[in-house]
Amino acid sequence: MKTLLFRSLTILFVFIGMAAGAQSFLEGGKVNGNIQMDAQYYSTDDKLGITDTTLNFRKFGMNAFGNVNYTNGDFSAGMRFESYLNPMLGFDDRFEGTGIPYWFAKYKVGTLEMTAGHFYEQFGSGLILRGWEEWTLGYDNNFYGFNAHFSPIKGVMLKGLVGTQRYFWEPYETGNRGIVRGADGDFFLNDMFESMAESKTKIDLGASFVSKYEKVPSFTYNIETAFDSISDGGDTTQWINQKNYKLNLPNNVASWALRANIAHGGFNFYGEYAQKGADPNATNDYIFRKGQALYSTLSYSTMGLGIFLSTKWIDNMSYKSKLTETGNPPMLDINYLPAITKEHPYSMATMYPYATQPNGEFGLQGQIIYTLPKKSALGGKYGTTLTFNYSLAKSIQKDTLSASSVTGGIAGTDGYETKFFSIGDLTYYQDFNFMIEKKFNSKIKAKAAYFNQTYNKHVIEDNLYDDHNMVDANIAVLDLTYKFDRRNSLRAELQGLWTKEDDGDWMALLLEYNISPTWFFSVQDEFNYGNPDGDMQVHYYNVSFGYTQKSNRFSLRYGRQRDGLLCVGGVCRYVPASTGFTLTLTSSF
Amino acid sequence: MKNVLSIALLLLFATCISAQDNSKALFKLPEINVKNMNGEPFNTAEIDNEGKPIIMTFWATWCKPCMKEHDAINEVYQDWIEETGVKLYAVSIDNARSSKRVMPTVNGKGWEFDVLLDPNGDLKRAMNVNIPPHTFIINGNGEVVWQHIGYLEGDEMEYIEIVEKLIAGEDID
Repeated sequence: MKTLLFRSLTILFVFIGMAAGAQSFLEGGKVNGNIQMDAQYYSTDDKLGITDTTLNFRKFGMNAFGNVNYTNGDFSAGMRFESYLNPMLGFDDRFEGTGIPYWFAKYKVGTLEMTAGHFYEQFGSGLILRGWEEWTLGYDNNFYGFNAHFSPIKGVMLKGLVGTQRYFWEPYETGNRGIVRGADGDFFLNDMFESMAESKTKIDLGASFVSKYEKVPSFTYNIETAFDSISDGGDTTQWINQKNYKLNLPNNVASWALRANIAHGGFNFYGEYAQKGADPNATNDYIFRKGQALYSTLSYSTMGLGIFLSTKWIDNMSYKSKLTETGNPPMLDINYLPAITKEHPYSMATMYPYATQPNGEFGLQGQIIYTLPKKSALGGKYGTTLTFNYSLAKSIQKDTLSASSVTGGIAGTDGYETKFFSIGDLTYYQDFNFMIEKKFNSKIKAKAAYFNQTYNKHVIEDNLYDDHNMVDANIAVLDLTYKFDRRNSLRAELQGLWTKEDDGDWMALLLEYNISPTWFFSVQDEFNYGNPDGDMQVHYYNVSFGYTQKSNRFSLRYGRQRDGLLCVGGVCRYVPASTGFTLTLTSSF
Repeated sequence: MKNVLSIALLLLFATCISAQDNSKALFKLPEINVKNMNGEPFNTAEIDNEGKPIIMTFWATWCKPCMKEHDAINEVYQDWIEETGVKLYAVSIDNARSSKRVMPTVNGKGWEFDVLLDPNGDLKRAMNVNIPPHTFIINGNGEVVWQHIGYLEGDEMEYIEIVEKLIAGEDID
């Protein structure tokens, strides 16, 4: 601890020395930053079963952060201060506290850029490495160490990093998590080779390698079997045959990935393949299988038309810098496995969201956007936009190997066998949707959408791989905007969700009055009128208003929040139901 | 230890703040590596509009007000260019999950402005964007002079007024 303190102080004093000593260095320097505060006051609510006890007597929750960045030419430094006092409902208790989980200093000389401190990084699409943060989700897996970007020639970008990852407020110590090392090369051929400079085909290739080192814990199993009984003059002695087994956990787990992006005219193809070494961990039940992933997209677009196709196949790709970490809330992820489904902006359409299944899934998505031209018979004066989207997530075929007697029923060494790109029978998720957007005249705009979603509740919420709890929902949305004049507008959103399963049918109405560029007022009600439990046919009402002044935004909301999964990019957090006030304050400078 | 660290860092920033220059600009547009629509590497230092103002909006395909903002701007964008010479860069913060859907969305919607991809939020962090949409106006010297969070119907008229004031050399406050 003392050496850590000493080291940190030395680094800081060097920076301060640089900052304070060299006056010329400071000339022209700029400071900017932003602050956000989310505060909630909770009330008890008989209808939702919220009492002082379920609230843990925490009447008030607040999550806040402030970023300050200093930039001067090729030098920049910054930090983020965070406070969770107490963490708001749905955030892990271990976030409670205040501190600086993120600070960095970055310098660029020529084409070399070095970062010391904390950093975020992504190799390719992130299949083997991605450090990122998402405030609303309470997700932050930043790296703490060193990161370098170097471009030896035009078109080539080499990256290298070494670091440990954030785990709530816990500082790194040997054994409490691993060390991540990685390297990545990106080669944009059209810039590298003169002969390709004018080519209409643009090719970008990349390769990455990541390795995790961890001081592994010792997992032992004792197997006892009665061996024999010997009777000797009335005394019976039983011999016990005891065997000790120890899991052979690797200290180093490596992964690699190759990728290509090829663009030609309106076409764009992206493909990435990744493999991970044997990585027994809590997510995969300590099996020794290798992991594999394939992700590809193909798109074509031209003015007024966009087509997008994407497939994904992953097997055993949970990759964390601590092998005993389970994943609720998700922490210490080294890689990122995007969910292949579309993120919807309407509340009823996000009631049943998809979360990536890292132990194995096949996914598919297709989308077509077409804008009927302006002033055509069907397009009308302003044009009409149509969007069709389909996505599907299924299991992969797994032939389970006979369970090992040693580990007391846990799957055998390799767990199961599967064929590359095999598709299983179990549906995890399916979503078909389309939307029409039309502007009728200078005052009225409308959007109408229909969604049909199949949601495997057991797989997504309970980690049970069967089809005994499927939800099939039909959702319709009508979104109308009426513009009174340049500044005043009214928006109405009418939504319905119909399902025979889960909580049954819902209706939702939202009215929002906007005064550009400063005020908004809204009232909203989500009514669960079809809940099979009569007592739970609850109105989730909300009243809110907001005020924007340049880059300051302030909003206050009172009402009921329904429980559910909040997902961003396929990573989800469970948010319990609550009633009360929510204040949000955002500011940038 | 955390306290010592905090105090030292605050000191550092206090020193820096006291030493910054006093021009009206909020900050200089940071130089960050992003990608253009074709997936080619692009550094924000290359952003240029021959000394005329630039509007930069942060958005994502899943962000409802962002899509509204862009639809509204797209309707008047050609007029804006003719009248003021302004250029708009729409920076998508869609991550690996949806970044490949950006180009089909932009073309499918028929948007006519420049789009950049910031899939891991590097530019977003450098410009202190919390949530999209977040709009910046950059003057002819590449300095950010105005910013606005959120989008309400009609806000785009505010943007063009600021741009007109900048061109006329008027005070934007």
